[in-house]
Amino acid sequence: MAQNYYQKEIETMSREDMKALQSEKLVKQVKHVYENVPYYRSLMDEKGIKPEDIKGIDDLHKLPFLTKADLRDAYPYGLLAKPLEDCVRIHSTSGTTGRRVVAFYTQNDVDLWEDCCARAIVATGGSKKDVCQVAYGYGLFTGGFGLNGGSHKVGCLTLPMSSGNTERQIQFMMDLNATILCCTPSYAAYIGESLKEQGYKPEDIPLKAGIFGAEPWTEEMRKGIEATLGIKAYDIYGLTETTGPGVSFECSEQTGMHVNEDHFFAEIIDPDTGEVLPEGSKGELVFTSLDKEAFPLLRYRTRDICVLSRKKCSCGRTLIKMAKPMGRTDDMLIIRGVNVFPSQIETVLLKEGYEPNYQIVVDRVNNNDTFDVNVEMTAEQFTDKLGDVLKMEKALANAMKIMLGINPAVHLLPPKSIARSEGKAVRVIDKRKLI
Amino acid sequence: MSIKQLTVFVQNSKGTLVRVTDTLAKNNVNLRALSIAETEELGILRLIVNDNQTAEKVLADQGYLIKVIDVVGVKIGDAPGKLTEALEVLDKADINVEYLYAFMTRTEKHAYVVLRVENNDEAERVLENAGFHLITASDVDKL
Repeated sequence: MAQNYYQKEIETMSREDMKALQSEKLVKQVKHVYENVPYYRSLMDEKGIKPEDIKGIDDLHKLPFLTKADLRDAYPYGLLAKPLEDCVRIHSTSGTTGRRVVAFYTQNDVDLWEDCCARAIVATGGSKKDVCQVAYGYGLFTGGFGLNGGSHKVGCLTLPMSSGNTERQIQFMMDLNATILCCTPSYAAYIGESLKEQGYKPEDIPLKAGIFGAEPWTEEMRKGIEATLGIKAYDIYGLTETTGPGVSFECSEQTGMHVNEDHFFAEIIDPDTGEVLPEGSKGELVFTSLDKEAFPLLRYRTRDICVLSRKKCSCGRTLIKMAKPMGRTDDMLIIRGVNVFPSQIETVLLKEGYEPNYQIVVDRVNNNDTFDVNVEMTAEQFTDKLGDVLKMEKALANAMKIMLGINPAVHLLPPKSIARSEGKAVRVIDKRKLI
Repeated sequence: MSIKQLTVFVQNSKGTLVRVTDTLAKNNVNLRALSIAETEELGILRLIVNDNQTAEKVLADQGYLIKVIDVVGVKIGDAPGKLTEALEVLDKADINVEYLYAFMTRTEKHAYVVLRVENNDEAERVLENAGFHLITASDVDKL
């Protein structure tokens, strides 16, 4: 396949030139955060690091790490590096204690993010001749707006469908000849199944490529989606903390995701010692924003376990590649594209007057995540009326939906019915086989 | 006047019910009536027994979640339309029935209905005024 690039000079830049570019950007970025973010200044001062100590990308390891806990401590403005009047947008993820992570964007930040998404679209063969159907959610979630922006930059006709309403998705897809679909892999699989049920064969479907991310998926799932929709399915990675989707993207080789390393420098560290590991080692993925102005995270620990590779890619891109994340160093679950921490469930239970005796059961049925929360009832809460029990289950599910953004099925159970091993209850049962 | 109902919360799974009834049998508790409300995951057992104290103790010892509540027991004739008559009395008095279950004995020409209502005293008053015979705890023992 003939290769097209959105920003060829960057995407195929030599290693030496890229390193020089990264070094130049890092020096400037460290100075920017040190001068404008008191939180960073104190972190660096604590470690005895001055901006002058950072002379290039090889000095990055001297800087302190930033974690999700820092983001929560600094909520909402503590890590803001630009005056609010220079910011044009926020996006947000759900947070573990009810506090969300809010990321700010200047117009330049939005532009570079959209460039990253444009690179991803072009890497799948996309051009201004394409009709790009964006079926990620639009809103605080970064998926919809990110791919929407990338699609505009490429010049595709953009269908800002947002998620849900599958019937309408299919109608627009078929009537307007959508050629690229962007959504979560599970939603792509669902759309595929719905098309199949309606009697559409892969060759009847105008799509040629899909860009799917925001949740873990397997090679097996990729093959399934490619077969039902008659497309090539590409992975995309990102997180709100760094920018959103497009931090890395897959090319025609489909063997890992090229990191847009001119904007986001990737490191792999030992999660226990914090030591930087050599290329090819498995460890925790850490990102440094080299260009972002409003919310420039330096050495942000993603908690994703991953491997980086500089092996030459047949697509011609020289950007470093990351494998699909292989797990987490914390207990975060990704359910239907949404980040869920067990501690969030616990917070809701305590707030609603329940004991924190619960179990989360996640499975994938017909390519869709199921999300069940079993909760032990206390003697005071028990009622002889079934209707009351069902009402309590519903109220609890609603409270969890408000906290998490997705709806679990809540099941109230008698005390001590959740199995405990060595006295400690197993909090999460993830039956999905994703790796 | 009202009678006691033992309410037991259980998971809806194989063998649950037999574990409850077996515990009661081994402790010489005799069941007078039993009703179950269930969903796919859970069950609520409602029991009328001859010995509440023992039943509550032995089930609680096994870790069951139990609640003892007062319910209204009423005797009705064993003929078509008799239940309707009793329900109409409650309906006219604007008393909502949450749930009910009925049982019969072999010796008497009567059926017994256990009623779960919000206001036991009021339900008992209107039923008695309409000529219904209510069941007491000692009636339950004799059944």
